Amino acid sequence: MVQLTLPKNSKIKAGKVWPKPEGATHVREFRIYRWDPEDGRNPRLDTFFVDLDDCGPMVLDALLWIKNKIDPTLALRRSCREGICGSCAMNIDGMNTLACTKGMDEISGPIKVYPLPHMNVVKDLVPDLTHFYAQHKSIEPWLHTSSPTPETEWLQSHDDRQKLDGLYECILCACCSTSCPSYWWNGDRYLGPAILLQAYRWLIDSRDEATGERLDNLEDPFRLYRCHTIMNCTQTCPKGLNPAKAIAEIKKMLVERQI
Amino acid sequence: MADARLAASRPLSPHLQVFRFILTMAMSIVHRMTGGFLYVGTVFVAVWLVAAASGPEWFARVDGLYQSWLGRLILLGLVWSLIHHAIGGVRHFIWDLGYGFDKKTADRMALFNLVAGLLLTGVVAVAAFIFA
Repeated sequence: MVQLTLPKNSKIKAGKVWPKPEGATHVREFRIYRWDPEDGRNPRLDTFFVDLDDCGPMVLDALLWIKNKIDPTLALRRSCREGICGSCAMNIDGMNTLACTKGMDEISGPIKVYPLPHMNVVKDLVPDLTHFYAQHKSIEPWLHTSSPTPETEWLQSHDDRQKLDGLYECILCACCSTSCPSYWWNGDRYLGPAILLQAYRWLIDSRDEATGERLDNLEDPFRLYRCHTIMNCTQTCPKGLNPAKAIAEIKKMLVERQI
Repeated sequence: MADARLAASRPLSPHLQVFRFILTMAMSIVHRMTGGFLYVGTVFVAVWLVAAASGPEWFARVDGLYQSWLGRLILLGLVWSLIHHAIGGVRHFIWDLGYGFDKKTADRMALFNLVAGLLLTGVVAVAAFIFA
């Protein structure tokens, strides 16, 4: 359901301004969303100052610098620090992206960091992704076959393999789904761009033999057709993929099988 | 039990409040709005036609309202809504065929929709001024 404003317990209050690091000459201002499940208060926006001469170039470097040097209670997910695990997805400078591949020099002014939009917050920059993963499970993201299993691999031509380019690179960071207004309003039933791109990845795989059943499962006013080509998904994807196009291809497949 | 209470108290992270207002998203919203305006505008047109069918006196009364500066402003807004929404419809048609999903192309199409809609509305306004 469309609700343009935030619920009462989610409104963001003014937070703490942490002191500037002493003796630092190159300082960058950060405004970071904080919410502590244990203090019973509303979320707030804390201001930090990062010493750029003591810190790496990426937003993730700065967040970890803050965690190490200023406030160890700052909670965030991170793992690979090179854009392949998808853990550090968050809203930085108004767009959803990975903190580890977003350079501070790409942003002008104070750097604003929020958790992925329209998600339940576990703590600070950590959103609850349970429902997102359940939706991924619902599309059965593995190879379905009915033919006897070959003695060696399931073979695929070079041309067929190339159809998976731009799809297999998805790291399920949830940047696209949580950028999508349709997913904000109808995320309970709409699968969202990330999951639909994954669905298309199996639909277009020449080795998969359950295309019909997969399309049946998607032919639904909510699961697929809440996509109105708003294009936020494609605009925000930190891996440069195109979920909007993948969804359009699914819609085309559904039309083509009627003919 | 404590876990369930904790989960229920979780805040919703900000969405519209923090997400950058990018062109393609803005044009999606405008497409919806113009669609809504047309829904209401069709009623205005229907009233006009019914008035015309109900005799010269009724028509003069309704047409007088429509010819006022406020009436003309609303009609101009409806003309823009119709043109903008029609071009937007073609944009969606191109997408439905599987084209125009490249980020730059999508931005260009959105900008074209906005500019062409305003220009053509200007043309209609000038034509209406000259011929009416």
